[in-house]
Amino acid sequence: MTQVFFYGLSALAIASSLMMLFQRNAMYSVLYLLVCFFSVAGLYIMLNAQFLAVVHIIVYAGAIMVLFLYVLMFLNLNTPAAFSKSNMLRMAAMLTGGSIFLLLFSAFYRTQLIVMPDPMNENVGSVQTLGKVLFNDYLIPFELTSVLFLSAMVGVVIINKKDKVNG
Amino acid sequence: MDPILIFKLVLVFVLFAVSLGIAAYSTYAERKIAGFMQDRLGPNRAGPFGLLQPLADGVKMFMKEDIIPETSNRFLFIAGPAITMITALMTSAVIPWGPEITINDVKVPLQVADINIGVLYVLGVVSLGVYGIMIGGWASNNKYSLLGAVRASSQMISYELAMGMSIIAIVMSSSSLSLGDIVAGQSGWGGMHWNIFIQPLGCLIFIICAFAECNRTPFDLPESETELVGGYHTEYSSMKLGFYLFAEYVNMFISSAMISCLYFGGYNFPGMEAVQGNMGEIPFALICFVVLFAKILFFVFFFMWIRWTIPRFRFDQLMNLGWKVLFPLAILNVLITGAVIIFF
Amino acid sequence: MQSLTNRSKVVSNKHLSLAERLYLPAIFGGLRITFKHMFKKKATISYPEEQRDHGRLYRGQHVLKRDEQGRENCTACGLCAVACPAEAITMVAGERKKGEEHLYREEKYAIEYNINMLRCIFCGLCEEACPKDAIYLTDRIAESNYQRGQFIFTKDKLVEGIDKSDRIDVSDRRKAVRKGAM
Repeated sequence: MTQVFFYGLSALAIASSLMMLFQRNAMYSVLYLLVCFFSVAGLYIMLNAQFLAVVHIIVYAGAIMVLFLYVLMFLNLNTPAAFSKSNMLRMAAMLTGGSIFLLLFSAFYRTQLIVMPDPMNENVGSVQTLGKVLFNDYLIPFELTSVLFLSAMVGVVIINKKDKVNG
Repeated sequence: MDPILIFKLVLVFVLFAVSLGIAAYSTYAERKIAGFMQDRLGPNRAGPFGLLQPLADGVKMFMKEDIIPETSNRFLFIAGPAITMITALMTSAVIPWGPEITINDVKVPLQVADINIGVLYVLGVVSLGVYGIMIGGWASNNKYSLLGAVRASSQMISYELAMGMSIIAIVMSSSSLSLGDIVAGQSGWGGMHWNIFIQPLGCLIFIICAFAECNRTPFDLPESETELVGGYHTEYSSMKLGFYLFAEYVNMFISSAMISCLYFGGYNFPGMEAVQGNMGEIPFALICFVVLFAKILFFVFFFMWIRWTIPRFRFDQLMNLGWKVLFPLAILNVLITGAVIIFF
Repeated sequence: MQSLTNRSKVVSNKHLSLAERLYLPAIFGGLRITFKHMFKKKATISYPEEQRDHGRLYRGQHVLKRDEQGRENCTACGLCAVACPAEAITMVAGERKKGEEHLYREEKYAIEYNINMLRCIFCGLCEEACPKDAIYLTDRIAESNYQRGQFIFTKDKLVEGIDKSDRIDVSDRRKAVRKGAM
């Protein structure tokens, strides 16, 4: 039963992310990405990480994708846009994509999965455990991430203020 | 089959029927209350006291011509109202409708899913509710629908934040993310240990945000039928429109349930312990259910009461209230709650 | 300039105080008012079952009168149609045949007599114009319908019955019209 769910959800996640890439209409891409998020959330739930699953949904599906949709709705994308695909652009895209893939691959390759936490243990994915790990073992990365967000926010404010200062 | 599973299945069906039934009769109650508050009689022709009015409305909705605009995106056009309805109904899964009862020597809460992050689940489902509106508005391929969808979704996104913040304060003070625990934790003080006495500011913010999330007056700009073009459902007709309108009432019912559970003690009532000692488990659970329902119905009434009292906000006022008043207040509330927890 | 009534109010644009800016007291005040209205006497009446009293001189649906012997008064002179400001009345005149003396009082009568109730404004000028005491407005309410065509009332709806019991009493109305005409 669990196996069936796992393979089903994984297949759905992969299929929908591929569909997202091959869609010409950006609106559909967003919706396929949503399906992908949901199947990944399903995988989280199977790992008994309900908190992670719900936060995943809230943050990605509920907040970020809504903002994406927001922008896309205002672009007139009903006719598949003729993006200028010069060779230079393609090369650049290949380069960036390839380097990100390399980075991820090497990170994944180096990682050693020593302890597989027992997913049947109720406390693995619970908020308490997660909170304790996050705020004890990984406090500095966590805080650094929030600083990153803060700097991004400051950047946005400055970009928006620029016009007013000049004019 | 496992009796607990059967019990849960029955509960799911009952909840489904009850939410839809309540929503149907909310439309009747709304019109009746509107009538009474304006010194009118309200609908009274279909059946005794007009009680068959929701049925007549439903039949009318089904009989109307179902128009799908030629240039619309057919699949998404149909998916829009469906998503709205699904998300509206999904929230009821985590609401605790009564205390635990025993089946086959196993304590079973009167709740479809007692997941340990119930509050977050509600927030997640609420945040998905925007999609129904956005997809519907976009798929209509109509500028007015699109602008209406943007208007609606920006309102819902804005008020989600303050709502989440007010819930965080509740989570902090009751130190649990499970709705079952939050409600059970309000049973002290002879059944009056309600969160409204602990979090009055948070309660106010939550109720205001609930109004905004349900698109109810004074925040009913997404529709504002009296001054703007219908909004995101301009192109909708027949039962698809019916679904959008109906989902609003389901949302109202669920929001009322959330307000009662988070701030007004859920199924707890004064003198609960005395009653509990004098009777069996099942009758007591029934009484609790009735108490919770009374609270929910009061808040449904409150939603309508407000609607027929207060005029609509302007859009800039709405945004100002959401971002410049409610959001800072909610953060302040979280800070105060944290300080109180640390220092007292 | 001095106002004619004392009802005008001087409006000030003063800034709201903090208590006013909270809006909550005002909202609760509003809620109180709407709640009180829930228990007030309703202004609505359920029409066909309950009916409001109307005056004896109410101007409702028309009637074409008969005389004492049951003969129609109308001679199709057309004065009512001319007087009608809404041009709701049309008629076709015809000559009375032999043997019809018990039906029509004069030698000329209206074969058709139609009033378009959607045009009629119930002003009562037709009854004032009538020289033959034939048309009167009654205190009956013109019935509603789903089809526009049904609102053109023909003679079978307008002429009163021959039997004494089917006659419609218009004495009050007649008195009022006479008084107005004099």
